[in-house]
Amino acid sequence: MSLLQMQNIRKQYPGVLALSEVNFELRAGEVHCLLGENGAGKSTLMKVLSGAIKKDGGAVLIDGKDVDFNSPADSQRAGIGIIYQDFKLVPELTVAENILLGNEPTKGKSPFVDFNKMHEIARASLAQLGEEISTTAVVSSLSVAQRQIVEIAKSISKKVRILAMDEPSAALTEIELKNLFAVIRKLKMESVGIIYISHRLEEIFEIGDRLTVLRDGKFIHSCNVAESDRRSLVRWMVGRELEQEYPKVELKRGEEILRIENLNAGILKDINLNVYRGEILGFSGLVGAGRSELARVIFGADRKENGSMYLEGKEIYPKSPREAIDLGIGLLTEDRNKYGLIMQMNVRENISLSNLHSVVKGFFINRSKENLVADKFTNDLRIKTPSIEQEVENLSGGNRQKVVLARWLFTRSKLLIFDEPTVGIDVGVKYEIYNLINQLAKDGIGVIVISSDLPELLGISDRVAVMCEGKLTGVLSRSEATQEKIMMLATGGKLEAAHD
Amino acid sequence: MTERLPRSKKIKTIIGEFGITIALLAEIALFSSLSPYFFTAENILNVTLQTSIIAIIAAGMTFVILTAGIDLSVGAMIAFSGVIATSVLKVDLPFTISFPLALCAGLLVGIFSGSLAGMFVTRFNITPFIVTLSLMTIWRGASYMYTDGRPIWGLPDEFSFLGSGRVFGVPIPTIIMICVYVVAYTILKHTKFGRYVYAVGGNKEAARLAGINVGRTLLSVYMISGALAAISGVLLASRMNSGQPNAGLMYEMDVIAAVVVGGTSLFGGRGTIVGTFLGAMLIGILRNGLNLLNVGSYVQMVILGIVILAAVLLDQIRRK
Repeated sequence: MSLLQMQNIRKQYPGVLALSEVNFELRAGEVHCLLGENGAGKSTLMKVLSGAIKKDGGAVLIDGKDVDFNSPADSQRAGIGIIYQDFKLVPELTVAENILLGNEPTKGKSPFVDFNKMHEIARASLAQLGEEISTTAVVSSLSVAQRQIVEIAKSISKKVRILAMDEPSAALTEIELKNLFAVIRKLKMESVGIIYISHRLEEIFEIGDRLTVLRDGKFIHSCNVAESDRRSLVRWMVGRELEQEYPKVELKRGEEILRIENLNAGILKDINLNVYRGEILGFSGLVGAGRSELARVIFGADRKENGSMYLEGKEIYPKSPREAIDLGIGLLTEDRNKYGLIMQMNVRENISLSNLHSVVKGFFINRSKENLVADKFTNDLRIKTPSIEQEVENLSGGNRQKVVLARWLFTRSKLLIFDEPTVGIDVGVKYEIYNLINQLAKDGIGVIVISSDLPELLGISDRVAVMCEGKLTGVLSRSEATQEKIMMLATGGKLEAAHD
Repeated sequence: MTERLPRSKKIKTIIGEFGITIALLAEIALFSSLSPYFFTAENILNVTLQTSIIAIIAAGMTFVILTAGIDLSVGAMIAFSGVIATSVLKVDLPFTISFPLALCAGLLVGIFSGSLAGMFVTRFNITPFIVTLSLMTIWRGASYMYTDGRPIWGLPDEFSFLGSGRVFGVPIPTIIMICVYVVAYTILKHTKFGRYVYAVGGNKEAARLAGINVGRTLLSVYMISGALAAISGVLLASRMNSGQPNAGLMYEMDVIAAVVVGGTSLFGGRGTIVGTFLGAMLIGILRNGLNLLNVGSYVQMVILGIVILAAVLLDQIRRK
């Protein structure tokens, strides 16, 4: 018998039917992947499961018995754990305090917390996952991967039977991901049913047993993972065929646009690098290897200690993002929501933000000129928005990324750095972003792409630079780059012939 | 995107969009029906005069709150700029010379205080609440020290024209208030700086990475707030025809209430100057109307508190 059945789930939001007759079934001890583009209804379905929102129709059955959750507390009592992308941990509390938050063991019937027992339970939960994290460590001192383990331990301590994970791999390195999969396999052995949501299709083939695809709030397909392939998955998710996942245009490498010599800054040690017009330089490495830090130094957001940088042959000393922007450098930050966009502002205001002076006449912003600019980029980049006056908060991830890109195109950047440009973006829009990046390279803009998604990096880069612990460990050409070589360099290993 | 919304939702949207305007109109209608003296030109002008001090400072406070900051020092600044300006007027000089000097001196202390606040907030990364709380105590104390705790009397008669005079029947503080609002509106809506204020308040780090000089923007908003508080301080001194070291006590609360009632988010990035103006008027009219109805001042305080809560509640409903 199935552990969980969600039958004909319906959820109506004002003006939108978020879920329409969706079916989902989970068995004990299986990893069931839930797939779909942004807005397909995955999160809404999980919210219905957690009791965070009320369904308008259909039934949720656990062990064949009808349940009706009115709050997340209800679903937790029924053995359902949900791990959201942005963890729900209290950063200032210790690991043990977080794991037992709301379930603190007390000394007998007294109101005093039994800390010994608390640490004991926490240790046991972590041990069950085969993890060694100090239970007295403060959560804010942990890495993202460790926090995730703490979240899982928290669910385990509550004896979960159903565990849903929303994009658990988004911020993990390859090695951390392997570790997460090991943990998931342990949970399977204890017949926990796992719902796994991810945009990265490779993971589904590695960890999934069955899968269900949603599109536009509707149930599309459900089958064993073994019976599917990449192509069919994309077709179910997007609703049409994509010719190839990574469009690649072969370009002739132009003259040098950026040269970095013996650069040291923070964790960055002795970086030497050339970037050329008309090429896409990929940057690989584990999280914390120093890729984003290098981007921030080039962009003037952080200071270098010594070494030199040359843009088009001229030495540059960007001391602030403003100076870097004026030099023609643009940075599409990782986590566009936190560092890229002003959420309360609309599409128009976000596009013009870095180059307002070119739409200013005298003292005042020339609105008609600004509208023209915003309209042009919205059309050129095919940003899907009801109007340029729409707040970016209401746009999907892919369209938000396009708004950031529009901003940098409007500043007429010569060198653009993309830091994790496709995290959390749908397959269909990803393809558009790759095409845009190709177009930029074709237009003679120097393009650096930092990505933790190896297939993506291999698919779009002309060269791949690899970093490890603040050092540049190698630069591979498109023909010599492979996942194995990159992982080797990223983990501090040496290659026989790593050259430019 | 024209979807038909359910009726309750529609009403909610309307209340949200024009909530403060509706509340203001309702208030005016209520007082007009309860008191024959309320809806007269003279009384309306009177309300604007009484509200002008709070409203002028609220315009500056809007800039600060839009950047997710707060300026608690404005009440004390009223007193400090007032006693500084009036003490300059006491110097034995012709009024035509001492008056502009007094204005400048008052304005300068306001700008100085604002730049201090801005510096501590940006350079030393201390939260605006603490910085301006300290400045509030400092300027209040300084006002008492400077005057020995006694008001400054015996000012030139011409000085009272600034706060009590009228041009074509309109009180001068009202005219100044309108000018301040026109300028503030233009700056926030139509200039680069205005845009930067919203951007910094919306997301400081993203603003920095978009090339905005966050420090300079923050410094500017505190200077604007300080300057407008100082102008109000001189106006109030003129109306009372004296420099009072205890002037403007607790005014910061009314000012913040006006801004928040006007729909500006204390978290920054959202709000309008028109909203603040309406918020200030809502509170001003409430005071005036309750006075006309002979409601006691203790009861007035309770009612004012309830109105502020209701306004913020309305705003929450809109966000949902």
